[in-house]
Amino acid sequence: MNANTRTTASETELDQENFGALLPPVDVFEDETGITLTADLPGVSKERLGVKVNGDNLLIEGDVSVPAPQEMELLYAEMLASSYRRSFTLSRELDASKIEANLKDGVLKLRIPKAEEAKPRRIEIKAG
Amino acid sequence: MNGSLRIPRDMLAEFDRLQQQLRGAFPRAYSAGSIRATARDFPAINIGSTPDTIEIVVFAPGIDPKSVELSIDKGLLILAGERRNDQPEGNNRVIVYAQERVAGQFRRVVSLPEDADPSRVNATYRDGFLRVSVGKRESSKPRRIEVQS
Repeated sequence: MNANTRTTASETELDQENFGALLPPVDVFEDETGITLTADLPGVSKERLGVKVNGDNLLIEGDVSVPAPQEMELLYAEMLASSYRRSFTLSRELDASKIEANLKDGVLKLRIPKAEEAKPRRIEIKAG
Repeated sequence: MNGSLRIPRDMLAEFDRLQQQLRGAFPRAYSAGSIRATARDFPAINIGSTPDTIEIVVFAPGIDPKSVELSIDKGLLILAGERRNDQPEGNNRVIVYAQERVAGQFRRVVSLPEDADPSRVNATYRDGFLRVSVGKRESSKPRRIEVQS
């Protein structure tokens, strides 16, 4: 299998899995040292959250678990998705091996640092 | 909707459409109950019913449960609070690429059915959702009536 067919296969798989999953709203901020990504994932516990990096692809997925009494009948619903899923393409200057993830109260915070050599630096101009 | 015109790879649009259909499948009984109980985007609310309780789930991630104001007044369940903007202040070197998360004050009102008992309310917050369980009055519980011969 060459590289091209592999990409096609994984994309098809992704689309199928994506069906029915909700795109979580995110904030993306960048400062000198890295990128902070915040995602709303209400109903997702730590055990049901997945943050995966594959090459330059960052994938966030989580299953919603809201325990309900067994005999409950749903009368009205604005939130019907059972999972969240969203992926991002990382750029080369980001250091994916040093991503820090923190989940609190249904909010995922990812800190993606920039590789040392990619941080902006001031270049001293020496007087000749 | 004309199926042949749909772009098959546009999964997002497809999902939106599906979600709209699903939303339409539920009666708007609660949202239509009161002029104050209008549907809003944030936080999302699900409402269910059991023989003993009315179950309300509010999807409100990243909120301090102590700062949430939850009250029942005139048959309306009122939920109000504030969610802070996470953007670091005072650092003008921060570049914002996406700001989709709702920030600021929010208020949602649910019109409770008549058999709701405001004296029996239980609320818990975990994993970013608030679950409010409102008891039903004894007299309104379904019961089997014996037919005498």
